Amino acid sequence: MSQSKPLSLHVPEPTGRPGCKTDFSYLRLNAAGETRRPPVDVAPPDTADLAWALIRVLDESGNAVGPWAPEVDSDLLRFGLRTMMKTRIFDARMVIAQRQKKMSFYMTSLGEEALGTAQALALEDGDMHFPTYRQQSLLMAHKVSMVDMICQLLSNERDPLKGRQLPVMYSVRKSGFFTISGNLATQFVQAVGWGMASAIKGDTKIASGWIGDGATAESDFNTALTFAHVYRAPVILNVVNNQWAISTFQALAGGESVTFAARGVGSGIASLRVDGNDFLAVYAASRWAAERARSNLGPTLIEWVTYRAGPHSTSDDPSKYRPADDWTHFPLGDPIARLRLHLTLRGLWSDEEHEATQKELEAEIVAAQKEAEQYGTLANGRGPSAASMFEDVYKDMPEHLRRQREQSGV
Amino acid sequence: MTMIQALRSAMDVMLERDNNVVIYGQDVGYFGGVFRCTDGLQAKYGKSRVFDAPISEGGIVGTAVGMAAYGLRPVVEIQFADYFYPASDQIVSEAARLRYRSAGEFTAAMTIRMPCGGGIYGGQTHSQSPEAMFTHVCGLRTVMPSNPYDAKGLLISCIENDDPVIFLEPKRLYNGPFDGHHDKPVVPWSQHPLGEVPEGYYTVPLDTASVFRPGEDLTVITYGTMVFVAEAAARETGVDAEIIDLRSIWPLDLDAIVNSVKKTGRCVVVHEATRTSGFGAELVALVQEHCFYHLEAPVERVTGWDTPYPHAQEWAYFPGPDRVGAAFKRAMEA
Repeated sequence: MSQSKPLSLHVPEPTGRPGCKTDFSYLRLNAAGETRRPPVDVAPPDTADLAWALIRVLDESGNAVGPWAPEVDSDLLRFGLRTMMKTRIFDARMVIAQRQKKMSFYMTSLGEEALGTAQALALEDGDMHFPTYRQQSLLMAHKVSMVDMICQLLSNERDPLKGRQLPVMYSVRKSGFFTISGNLATQFVQAVGWGMASAIKGDTKIASGWIGDGATAESDFNTALTFAHVYRAPVILNVVNNQWAISTFQALAGGESVTFAARGVGSGIASLRVDGNDFLAVYAASRWAAERARSNLGPTLIEWVTYRAGPHSTSDDPSKYRPADDWTHFPLGDPIARLRLHLTLRGLWSDEEHEATQKELEAEIVAAQKEAEQYGTLANGRGPSAASMFEDVYKDMPEHLRRQREQSGV
Repeated sequence: MTMIQALRSAMDVMLERDNNVVIYGQDVGYFGGVFRCTDGLQAKYGKSRVFDAPISEGGIVGTAVGMAAYGLRPVVEIQFADYFYPASDQIVSEAARLRYRSAGEFTAAMTIRMPCGGGIYGGQTHSQSPEAMFTHVCGLRTVMPSNPYDAKGLLISCIENDDPVIFLEPKRLYNGPFDGHHDKPVVPWSQHPLGEVPEGYYTVPLDTASVFRPGEDLTVITYGTMVFVAEAAARETGVDAEIIDLRSIWPLDLDAIVNSVKKTGRCVVVHEATRTSGFGAELVALVQEHCFYHLEAPVERVTGWDTPYPHAQEWAYFPGPDRVGAAFKRAMEA
């Protein structure tokens, strides 16, 4: 064949830009209950169809249907709804605090609250999450002190990380929440290593790694899959596909015409693609993957299909690159609204209770913020001591840091 | 023991002493390493303690960070220092900062072994000395032995240390000392006193330099292969050089440097690595800062040229005894 026409470079574009509507038909969707549930010892290549389908439990009317509908006691579901609400209210409150310049920066998880919440409840104490900066719902599900969290955000005198870290980069070892790094994807490999360590020691704990759709383009994503597969590491590899990496549509991360779950199958890892806004599906798939890992059957990759409803961060204005009303058109809706509908349908929740819970959580968060602000805010400059800046670089402070601390006059 | 046997012995001792020590890297397990440094360890301790890894430096270091966070004490190998670059992010952004950014909640007690250095016709990607890439990173320790006794004692200290350590092994010294005289036959470690290595556990302390050759005329600050080159240069020029083998490159033993330079009044810094922004620049700055009024001559630097490490021009590149000796003379005549 002779090549007569000049070549052209293909640069993927989202269908929806400001002022027009996104065509969400690119999402490969299934109806609730439609996708099969394999045994936990399934051979990875036999999950190929699941990596291109979508596991969903809650249907349009709020019923839990199909093989993935989990048996969950109603207290857990009610706690799940409450935790998602708490995460969302906390986020909203912290955005206000950022606008008031009490803190320098914040990132919400609006629309993604089901992921950390349901998975935290599906795992056990002692398991370790390797989160990104958008899994604060894990902390909420573990009932981590909101005062401690806000102190970190404020970098104040009570900040557990002594003012060294950008807001949101929490570290809560006792709640199975690994120290967050600004460098994307690094923790995905570390999660695999942690799982390998658990296996080396003959432990029963498992690891859970988290990554966004954009960060799958980092080399550490591929590395994590290879190591997890080679050593059959007890790890859940979570890809949160919220469609956006700051201003970049998921197609530019390599999602055009393919799924991120399919990458797992290509690496020999059992893989699922799940409705990330369906609390019951997130819980059921997480349980499945955790059981698989804990039974020494190997890793699982899960692509969670969701939508980043809020700005990327407080430094971002999404109206400059996508339609303002995009979330209202996203076919998988709002995780809180969907679980609320389901619980209401089952008589486990009511509008009155919802209102009351909302008020109660708001008061709880306001009180936590008030308490945290007693220890200072960025605005009033009551931060950790400058001398503490030199600590923890090494286990013991070396001579050159002692000299620098002295020179700094702190 | 050769340096290879000494390093192997250090890992053997630590695998025996501490169940949390695990060793892995490319070709490290069954085969025992391309330099034989882990020979027989997998057979002795099993595949869950000593194992082969995929060819992925970022994966090797990244999983080690995760293992260290769990509480293991990984000792991983990068086959050549020239190939650490894909692991840069995990080394600089993660291993080095884990303790600091988590306020001590998570730590990275891990050792990364990397064969380094030239003088073996290794060309561009089997000869580099990237120590300055690491000394610039806060939170890392960088260590380089020059002989079998130190190699074993330092490696045990590194494995036991709770900070992340970059352990650079001059592969030119693996089988015997090398003074830069490539035209002469190499003497094996079995004929050198520093080749005498105890079988069991012992340590050589970190942050402690050794005076490899005491002298009165000038101070040589160096490490790795260059220790022997400097010794040859002293012998051949008749300059009574005091040769300081840093051993711990950073954090370093400042007192040893300052005491020696204050005594001699002259200083020559020698390393294989390229000159500009090499670790020698930090050494010169420290000497200038702490010994200014004792200096009787400008501080000299003898280093690799600011070029990639060539193949055919090996001995025009490698800072041999002639170049080092010439610097000694310049320093004495100044």
